[in-house]
Amino acid sequence: MSVSLAIPARRLGAAAWLRCLIGIIWREALRFVHQRGRFFSALVRPLVWLGIFAAGFRFVLGVSIVPPYETYVLYEEYVVPGLAAMVLLFQGMQSSLSMVYDREMGSMRVLLTSPLPRWWLLMGKLSAGVLVGVLQAYVFLAIAWFWEVRPPPLGYLAVLPALALAGMMLGAFGLLLSARIRQLENFAGVMNFVIFPMFFASSALYPLWRVKEASLWLWYVCLANPFTHAVELIRFALYQRFDPLSAAVVGGAFLAFAALAVLGYDPARGGLARRAGGG
Amino acid sequence: MSQPALSVSANESKKGGRGLGAAALPQREPPSPVSALEVSGLSHAYGARKALDDVSLRVMPGEFTVLLGPNGAGKSTLFALATRLFDARAGAIRVFGEPLATRPAHALARLGVVFQQSTLDADLSVRQNLLYAAALHGIARAEARRRVARELERVGMADRAKETVRNLSGGQRRRVEIARALITEPLLLLLDEPTVGLDAASRSFLLDHVRGLCRQGLAVLWATHLIDEVDAESRIVVLHAGRVRATGSPAEILAAAGGAPDLREAFARLTEERRAP
Repeated sequence: MSVSLAIPARRLGAAAWLRCLIGIIWREALRFVHQRGRFFSALVRPLVWLGIFAAGFRFVLGVSIVPPYETYVLYEEYVVPGLAAMVLLFQGMQSSLSMVYDREMGSMRVLLTSPLPRWWLLMGKLSAGVLVGVLQAYVFLAIAWFWEVRPPPLGYLAVLPALALAGMMLGAFGLLLSARIRQLENFAGVMNFVIFPMFFASSALYPLWRVKEASLWLWYVCLANPFTHAVELIRFALYQRFDPLSAAVVGGAFLAFAALAVLGYDPARGGLARRAGGG
Repeated sequence: MSQPALSVSANESKKGGRGLGAAALPQREPPSPVSALEVSGLSHAYGARKALDDVSLRVMPGEFTVLLGPNGAGKSTLFALATRLFDARAGAIRVFGEPLATRPAHALARLGVVFQQSTLDADLSVRQNLLYAAALHGIARAEARRRVARELERVGMADRAKETVRNLSGGQRRRVEIARALITEPLLLLLDEPTVGLDAASRSFLLDHVRGLCRQGLAVLWATHLIDEVDAESRIVVLHAGRVRATGSPAEILAAAGGAPDLREAFARLTEERRAP
């Protein structure tokens, strides 16, 4: 049946897209303000690693000179970039958890019934999560400075794009997980089967040459782990160096995760329908 | 079972009567001859379980259509499909002639929704919830503020604008959700069991408010399982087990149910399970 449309739709121009993006970020910022405890509790985890684990292992785990370091460094100094990446990893998972929670509580429906494209809405959610994650990472780096882990001052500026790109990749990974997780209760499984292996099978806590000495196949796993490259991207940037391989892997992984997440939320693919149950 | 013929006429009556006084709608476009909502041959299943089976219905501008069905009839699935939370396996949905599947932005820009489950963010204030909804539709901040004030005034919640949603009663939350749905000045309003869990006064307010909007040209699809939410002016679509059992005015529904004496009896007859003789 063909119909002539009597009432034209309001055109959604670039300004409308931008307002939508700002609106999503604004809403996440408000939620963040309402849940300040979450912000600080997210810092406890890396600080425990830095203050207790790293101090305890300082004399057990020797770190030889590996790029970007030009001299021997203390273990605390070695783990700080990995712990900053850990902050981003957990923020990405927190965003994912929040998406699943919003879906169960119903508030995601408001987002998904926006006339703007779904991929744009998801990028809005992703950007909001990255902003919070980068802020947390900077607070962690500031605390680490008092721990006498002091990269060059310009490193704090140079690390910003690295933190943002790593945050985008990990946030997109979280979005992808949220599209696949059926219930909030399944999130514990994600922690055990995804987050911890991702973190430990990386260069966050020990240099990869040590992993290679211990197990060749584990070394390959670590190399294939995009989180390893996120850590190295941050580590190099913090010392004003650029690691093109890490940047390429992190950028590529971001695009892949984001594309799969958008597919997971695509109404035509019915992923949400499977979880909706219906009635 | 064959589906009763669709007999929804274009806005047959000039629906005057009770207005909302100060709650008058902003300038609305004149009613269009195009269906506000046209659902044709819609089918959907969750795995092997059919939720909707070849459902067709129309809602015309200015028409209050009651989607009447017991729990599990498929009403919420129909709403999920009509708001494109996900796509149907078969069939089509048009909003003011715009196909939802291929031109979702044009279709979604014209509709407002109140879901069965509350979708307000409990941590945010009433005003913040409404501003968020406006932003999702790309409405400029100053204009959004103006509309928020207007819609909250209409639903009698202007004095609670700064209140956190968590502190509101169920009825107040529903009012806020109606206000939110109208922030975008939709031409079609979908409400999925909006009165569930509300007291009599809140139910009455919501019904009166939405019927008032309808008289001013808004098309409304109101899903419910409560017969007493149907009035003489309503169009009715009886949905049961994923199929449309009957559609039309209250009188036509009585006739479709074999001359039932009242709507309650008609609804019972139309939704009873067919058993093999």
